[in-house]
Amino acid sequence: MTDALLDVEHLTMRFGGLVAIDDLSFSARDREITAIIGPNGAGKTTVFNCLTGFYKPTVGRLTLKGHDGERHLLERLDGFRIARAGVARTFQNIRLFPQMSVLENLMVAQHNMLMRASAFSIAGLLGLARYRDAENEALGLAEEWLRRINLVESADRAAGTLPYGDQRRLEVARAMCTKPVLLCLDEPAAGLNTRESAELNDLLLDIRESQGIGILLIEHDMSVVMRVSDHIVVLDYGEKIADGEPEAVRNDPSVIRAYLGEEEDSTLPPEVADDMQSDAGARG
Amino acid sequence: MDYFIQQLINGLTLGSIYGLIAIGYTMVYGIIGMINFAHGEIYMIGAFIAVIGFTLLEMAGLGFVPLALLVVLLASMAFTAAYGWTLERIAYRPLRGSFRLAALISAIGMSIFLQNYVQLLQGARVKPLQPVVTGGLTLLESEGFVVRLSYVQIFIIVLTLVLMVGFAAVIGRTALGRAQRACQQDRTMATLLGIDVDRTIAIPFVLGAALAAVAGVMVAMYYGVVDFFMGFIAGLKAFTAAVLGGIGSLPGAMLGGIVLGLVEAFWSGYFSVEYKDVAAFGILILVLLFRPTGLLGSPEVEKV
Amino acid sequence: MAEAVAVKAGVSRFDLPQVLKEAALAAFVAFLLALPLAGLHLTAGDQGAMVVETRWSWVAIGVVAVFVGRLLLAVLRAVRPATRLSSGVAERGRQRFAAYLPYAAVAALIAAVALPFLPFSDRYIVDLGTTVLIYIMLAWGLNIVVGLAGLLDLGYVAFYAVGAYTYALLGTTYGWSFWVCLPVAGTMAAFFGILLGYPVLRLRGDYLAIVTLGFGEIIRIILLNWVAFTGGPNGISSIPRPSFFGLPFTRRPDEGEVPFHEFFGIDYSGEHRVIFLYYLILILALITNLFVLRIRKLPIGRAWEALREDEIACRALGLNPTNIKLSAFALGAMFGGFAGSFFATRQGFISPESFVFIESAIILAIVVLGGMGSQTGVVLAGIALIVLPEIAREFAEFRMLVFGGAMVLIMTWRPRGLLSHREPTVRLAPRGKGAG
Repeated sequence: MTDALLDVEHLTMRFGGLVAIDDLSFSARDREITAIIGPNGAGKTTVFNCLTGFYKPTVGRLTLKGHDGERHLLERLDGFRIARAGVARTFQNIRLFPQMSVLENLMVAQHNMLMRASAFSIAGLLGLARYRDAENEALGLAEEWLRRINLVESADRAAGTLPYGDQRRLEVARAMCTKPVLLCLDEPAAGLNTRESAELNDLLLDIRESQGIGILLIEHDMSVVMRVSDHIVVLDYGEKIADGEPEAVRNDPSVIRAYLGEEEDSTLPPEVADDMQSDAGARG
Repeated sequence: MDYFIQQLINGLTLGSIYGLIAIGYTMVYGIIGMINFAHGEIYMIGAFIAVIGFTLLEMAGLGFVPLALLVVLLASMAFTAAYGWTLERIAYRPLRGSFRLAALISAIGMSIFLQNYVQLLQGARVKPLQPVVTGGLTLLESEGFVVRLSYVQIFIIVLTLVLMVGFAAVIGRTALGRAQRACQQDRTMATLLGIDVDRTIAIPFVLGAALAAVAGVMVAMYYGVVDFFMGFIAGLKAFTAAVLGGIGSLPGAMLGGIVLGLVEAFWSGYFSVEYKDVAAFGILILVLLFRPTGLLGSPEVEKV
Repeated sequence: MAEAVAVKAGVSRFDLPQVLKEAALAAFVAFLLALPLAGLHLTAGDQGAMVVETRWSWVAIGVVAVFVGRLLLAVLRAVRPATRLSSGVAERGRQRFAAYLPYAAVAALIAAVALPFLPFSDRYIVDLGTTVLIYIMLAWGLNIVVGLAGLLDLGYVAFYAVGAYTYALLGTTYGWSFWVCLPVAGTMAAFFGILLGYPVLRLRGDYLAIVTLGFGEIIRIILLNWVAFTGGPNGISSIPRPSFFGLPFTRRPDEGEVPFHEFFGIDYSGEHRVIFLYYLILILALITNLFVLRIRKLPIGRAWEALREDEIACRALGLNPTNIKLSAFALGAMFGGFAGSFFATRQGFISPESFVFIESAIILAIVVLGGMGSQTGVVLAGIALIVLPEIAREFAEFRMLVFGGAMVLIMTWRPRGLLSHREPTVRLAPRGKGAG
C-alpha cells in the first residue's frame, strides 16, 4: 500500500472468454495528471468503467484515498457510491442532461449535498433558511465553474444546444461540481478543434493547480497527453507495457512497437505518428 | 396423474396460441426496439375475420372441413396482415426517430381505436362460432376421468410447429432475414447498403399480424367465441411470453408461450381460475426481476 | 434522416400521377381493411344461428373517403409547403407564448373559482367541472412520474383504486371521516407505489410500462375476486359523503347533527353538496399543482428530470437512481390515492369497473398531450379530452374511437405535446455581470 490517491492492484476484467484487462497495476497521485494511453481496444475505457463502478472487476483491488484520508475499496461499491466517495468522470460520448439548462446540469452534480440540506425535500418544500443557504452555496460553486469554463452567459441555455467544445468543458465542470478527489476524463479532446483542444488543456492544468486533485486521463490525442500529463500508463491488449514519465514512455521500445506494430513496414496511424514526431521535436 | 396430463395438453394448446402472438411482439421489438402495443388488437381482428369466414362458408354450404380451414386461415392471414401494415404505416412510421414515448403512446391510441372500431362495426356482444372441427382421441380412461386430446388441439399444436419451423427457416436463411438482422443492428448502415428500411421495418408488422391471425383462427375454433375486448389480455400475456422467452428471440417467444400456457393451465387446474391472469403477470414480474433477458435472450452489455 | 428529407422534398412538389398513385394505393388498402369488418356483418339470424350480412355500401364509402382524403392531404401539403420554421424561430415563438402562460393560468384559476356561480352554471356543469378536475389532479400526479421522471406508468389507475377502496372500506367499516381517511388513502397508495416500484424500477422504459400495466390488471382482478373484502363486482356502496367541517349535506340529519343549510340559515338544496365537492377537488388539485411546481425546483425534482435525460450520467454524479425513481413513483401514487378517496366520497359507490386500463390511458393521454412535464398543458389537455367528448354526447358511441384516433394524430403532429417549452428551474441571481 502506498500513499497514492488511487491504487490499482492486479485489476483483471474478463467478459466471457475475452480478457479485456489482464493483471493491471498502477497508481495515481493527487496534484498529478495520469494519462492512460494505448491503441484502440487496449482496454482503456474498461479500466474507467471498473474504476467508476459500471463494471465489477473480475479480480483486483482498487483503493481510493478519499476526502478525509479514509480509504475506499472501489470494487466493492455501487457506481453512485463511488461517485460519492470522490471519483467523478466524464464520458467518451458526452452525457449531459441535454434538455436541462447549463446551470441545472451543475446543480444536479451537487444533488447529494442539496438533498441533505433540504432534509429530503421537507426543508425545501417549507422554504427553510437552511435549505436556501445551501442552495445559494451550490449556485455559488456552479457560477464559479461557469466562469472558469466561460459559460456564464449561457447559464440558462439548454445544455444540448451548446457547441460541442462547450459541452465537453461543461461536462468537466459538472464532474468538478461533485467536489471529487479524482477526476477521470474519457477522451476529453475527442472531436475538438485545435482551439477547443487548447482551451481544454488550460482547463485541465488549471484544475490540477487550483483544486489539488488527481486527474486520470484517457486520450488518443498525443499532443494533449504529452503536454499535460505528469505520468503515463501504456496499455496494449489489456496489459500494461510501460509506466512512467512522458519522456521515458515516449522512448520506450515496447511502446513504439505497440503503436508501430511488430513488422517494420506496418504503418502508424498518420495522426499518431505526426503527433509523436512533432511532440518529440517540441519538447526536445 | 390423468388430470395432470389433461392440463398438460390444455397448457400446450394455450401455449401454442400465446407463442404465435408473442412472435409478433418479439419481431417488432427486435427490429425497432419498441413494443407493438396494438398487437393484441391485431390478433382480435384475426379472430373476428375467422368467425366471419367460417360463418360465410357454412352459409355457402362448404362442408369439406380441411378446405374451409385452409380458406379461412389464408383469408384471415391476408386481411389481418393488411391491418398490421396499416398499423405500422400510421402509428409507427411517422414517429420513427421521434422520442420513444411518442411512438408507444400513438400505439396505445391505435389499440383503443381498433377496439372501438371493431365494436362499432360488429357490435359489442360476444360472437359465437359453431364448432368447426369436433371429436378427438381418448388417451386414457381411469376412475371415471377421461383424458381427451381433441382434433382441434392436435390441429393447433401441429400447425404451430409447422409454422415455427417454416418461420425459422425464412428468418435464418433468406435475404429477407438478413435484411431484418442488418436493420436491427445498424439502420443507417443498412440504408447505405441499399436495404429498403421502410419495407424491412414493415415486414415484421405484416408477418407478426399474419401469425396473430393464425392464433386468432385457432382461438375462435378452440373456445368458439370472440369479442372485441379479447385482444387486451391476450396481448398482455403474449407479451409476457415474449419477455419470458427473451424478447428479440423467435424460439424464445415460442418457448415463453408454451411455458406461460402450461403455468396458466396448471394454475387454473390446481389453484384458482379467477387468479390465472394474476399468476401470468406474477411470472412476468419475477422473470424481469431475476432474469430480465428471459430464458433464451442474450444479455445486454450496457454501453457507457 | 436522409430518407425523411427525400420524402418531404417529394411531397412538397405536386406530382399528379404520383399523388393519384398513392391515393389509389391508400384506397386499395382501405378496401382490404374494410372488406372483412365493415363489408361483412356478423349477426344473429332468424333461426338464432349466426349469419353474415353484407354491407357493400359501407366499404364503398370507406374506400372513397380514403381516396379523397389522401388526395386532399397531398393537395394541402402542396399548397402550403412545409413551412418548417428554423428551430431558433420556433423556440422564440414558444418563448413568447410561454410568457403569456402565467396570465392564462391566473385567468383559468379565476374562471375555475367562479364557475359554480356563473349565470349559465347548473348542477350538470359543476358536476362536469368536478370530473375534469379529478382527471387534472390525476394527471398532475402522474406528471411527476411520466413527465418529470420519464417513467412510463400504464397502471396509474391502480393507485387511484387503492385510494378509493381505502376510504370506502375505512369509511363503511369503521365510520372514519373523509378528512381522516384522506391522508391514510394517500399513504396507502404511496406504499403500494413503493411495493411495486422497488422491484421493477430497475427495468428499462418499455418493460416498466408493461409491468405497471400488468400490476394495474392484478389490482383490478383482486378487487373483482376478493368478494369478502372488496364486495367483488358489486363494489362498495353507501360510502359516507363528506361533511363541511362536521356539517353534513343532508335534508334530515341524524340525531344530534346540524346540517349545512340549517347552520347557515339557508334553504336546503341538493346543489350545495355538488358545489362543495367541486371546491373540494379544486383545492386538492391546486395543492397537487403547487406541490409539483415547488418540488420541481428542489434537488429531488431536478434529479427526476436528470434521470429522465440520462441515467448513466446520474450514477456517475453520485445519484442513487433507485431511490430517486422510487420517490417519484411513491409521490405520484400518493396523489392518485388522494384523488381516489375523493372519487369514492363523491360517487358514494365504487366498483372495479371504474378502475380499468382505459382510465390509465386517458390520464396518460392528458399528460402526454399537454406536453410532458407541463402543468399548464395538463389543464388544456384535461379540458379537451374530458369536455369535448361530453359535448359530443350524441356521438357517445364514437367517443373512444375518436379518442384513440386523436391520440395517434396528435402524437404524429406534435410528439412532444401541446406545450413543450421548458423553463429552467433555477437561474443565477442577477448580481455581477451578465447573469441574464
